[in-house]
Amino acid sequence: MLVGALAGFLGTFYTHHVGLGFLIGMAASGVFSLIMGFITITLKRDQVITGIILNILALGLTSFVYRALFGTSRTPPSIKPLTPLKVPILGDIPYIGTILFHQNLLVYLAFLLVPVSAWILFKTQFGLNLRAVGEHPRAADTLGVPVERMRYIAVILGGIFSGLGGCFLTLAQLNRFTDNITAGRGFIAIAAVIFGKWNPYGVALATLLFGIADGLQLRLQALGTKLPYQFLLMLPYILTIVALVGIVGKSKPPAALAVPYQKDN
Amino acid sequence: MEVWEWGSGDSSTLSHPHTSIPLYPLPYPHTPILPYPHTSPLSYLHTFILLRIDKITKRFPGVLANDQISLEIEAGEVHALLGQNGAGKTTLMNILYGLYQPDSGQIYFKDRKVKISSPRKAIELGIGMVHQHFMLIPDFTVAENILIGFKQRGPFLNLKRVEQAVAELSHRYRLQVDPTARVQHLSVGSRQRVEIIKALYRGAELLILDEPTSVLTPQETHELFQILRTLTAQGKSVIFITHKLNEVMQVCDRATVLRNGRKVGTVKIQQEGPEKEVIKENLARMMIGKEVSLETERTALKKKPVQFGKEVLKVEELEAVNDQNRLVLKKISFSVRAGEILGIAGVAGNGQSELVEVLAGLRKAVGGRVFLNGQEVLNEPPRKLLEGGIAHIPEDRLRMGLVLDLPLPENAILGSFHKAPFSFKIGNALPGPRWLNYTEIRKFTERLIISYDIKTPHPEATMRMLSGGNQQKFIVGRELTRSPKVLLTVQPTMGLDIKATEFVHQKFLEQRENQVAILLISTELDEILALSDRVAVLYEGQIVGLLPADQADREILGRWMSGL
Repeated sequence: MLVGALAGFLGTFYTHHVGLGFLIGMAASGVFSLIMGFITITLKRDQVITGIILNILALGLTSFVYRALFGTSRTPPSIKPLTPLKVPILGDIPYIGTILFHQNLLVYLAFLLVPVSAWILFKTQFGLNLRAVGEHPRAADTLGVPVERMRYIAVILGGIFSGLGGCFLTLAQLNRFTDNITAGRGFIAIAAVIFGKWNPYGVALATLLFGIADGLQLRLQALGTKLPYQFLLMLPYILTIVALVGIVGKSKPPAALAVPYQKDN
Repeated sequence: MEVWEWGSGDSSTLSHPHTSIPLYPLPYPHTPILPYPHTSPLSYLHTFILLRIDKITKRFPGVLANDQISLEIEAGEVHALLGQNGAGKTTLMNILYGLYQPDSGQIYFKDRKVKISSPRKAIELGIGMVHQHFMLIPDFTVAENILIGFKQRGPFLNLKRVEQAVAELSHRYRLQVDPTARVQHLSVGSRQRVEIIKALYRGAELLILDEPTSVLTPQETHELFQILRTLTAQGKSVIFITHKLNEVMQVCDRATVLRNGRKVGTVKIQQEGPEKEVIKENLARMMIGKEVSLETERTALKKKPVQFGKEVLKVEELEAVNDQNRLVLKKISFSVRAGEILGIAGVAGNGQSELVEVLAGLRKAVGGRVFLNGQEVLNEPPRKLLEGGIAHIPEDRLRMGLVLDLPLPENAILGSFHKAPFSFKIGNALPGPRWLNYTEIRKFTERLIISYDIKTPHPEATMRMLSGGNQQKFIVGRELTRSPKVLLTVQPTMGLDIKATEFVHQKFLEQRENQVAILLISTELDEILALSDRVAVLYEGQIVGLLPADQADREILGRWMSGL
């Protein structure tokens, strides 16, 4: 996400084109995820450790590149962000109209991606093969599914979409890049996947819940409660923990999650 | 006995020798000579070579797994590939299915030289494999499982069409399966049928079945054999990998025997008639490589009459749940006397694992009572049970019985490292750590290696370097040298060859004569019947029947095992 956020920002900053910025951000993140893929799929190393290391690397790398290019200036460079799009007619509905139909393109895209990804996962041959590779790679292998290739595709797609998520922060929300701009949102995304029981619709609901928590804490801060704002900032994260610990019951991950696939036994 | 060699078929005639009219729409340019007078389409099919393997050699580090093996499979036959563990059967089949590449040798399919570089290539050629451990995803439906990796037009799944096709295949080959069911809800027998349909759906003409009966009840085995007959009657060929002679005699047309990576010979099977026994003994001799009569093999396991002692292990209304919190032991009661072997038969997954885990202290029971020598021991920790005289030969030796990456000596003292002579304390009364005495540990290990005839490259080798049979002998040796009062054992000979199996059985009988109470849980009816004094059947967490061994026969047990 961080890599995508920075690359997207840089892309827009230098090309003066938001669309190109998005493409560059997604591509950079996709390439970055290739490192993850190479270490875990080809070299078959531990996915958790690799993931942690790459997170730390991304944090340092993005801050470094940003400083190297812009230094520390009092007025941080910013870009012209993605403008909100108003949906005709629907956007004119009072109150709800502004909330639901006066958003930037990415918001609509995010909602659209929910049924699209569900449909790909559960209704196409590609989705079936992908799920099979996650559940029982050996079974998939014996049926001629190229396990490593499928896993690479999955990792790169994941990279591209998290890059898109990162771009949202720099190109649509804040218009600038700051150190650790994602503030752990990637981890919340992982939590949302578990919380949403590995199903796109569930994940969408889970992320909306986190979104509400995030919005709530912003509003509460604006209202000026007596609570120190640091506690309000913690709200989405505390909610994550609570969600993971109980409420949802058992969420069953793919059986071969995080298990490297070794062809000979 | 007739030993077949390939190359005897003549492939010059394209039509009936008397009429010169093509008799069948021939899919391939190769046509064998017709037997005259020919009796049925099958006799024609029987002479058509579907697959020919020519001098296949495969070497693994330190092992010659396949040494110049040649073999041919005819259309419409069930061909047994017979051999003990490590004979090279599975390696050969993995080569056929594209999982391994041979170091040398050729494969011809339908008379065309082929290179099977991947399972996908094998599938494209028309070779399907039913693995011993099913390659099915429990969370998916039957139709979804069948469709994994399928190459079709367009990116979309058409589950309706698959379901229809599965229904047709089911009907045609009498493979009853509901395509919309989730695999996790299916019995083992139906899962196997799903595997077969999976191969047929992809147009398999040759099916490789790897030890297909090892997980089935006698009734399911019977059904499988019917299915195989239907398949071959419709022109499909089957390679049937097994080490069970009886099954070969029941269902196979020919059998090829492998030993130590080499082909010993191919034999035509007669399922009926006076020659049957002769063929069977020949096959056994070819497999084992020494002159053994099946008769003497049986008498070698002669049980001596033993005076049973008191009830050492007594279980009353035991209840336990599995990892999914489902009740899998439903008020089970039984007892085992000193010097007695109680066999518990049943299809795997009916509560056997949980029962033994409870008795070994590895799983908490939710109800009932267990007495060891009259003392209540339910839910006591494993070490206390161990010290009370319980020895445990676990079902999964790799996961529970051994630490594969530790050397033999350290594996030898699992469960007794805290006691003399393997460890000592400096100043007995003082608190402090116990120190391992490696001199004693090594001595013990070497004794174990000698008395249990364990083949190891080195006494300090890591456990991983031993073969499955030797690992199991090691566990048996370790557990029996505890001088237990009760021996719990689950699938003690799973994956072992005839010699190792015999050895383990012999050791159990010795323990029986030493007044040890033995609980033998096995899915192998032969093993249960050969050793037990009484036989119980576990079905869906209940003991559905209990008989003295001399009154038990496979018919009754089989019925109980399938819940009838």
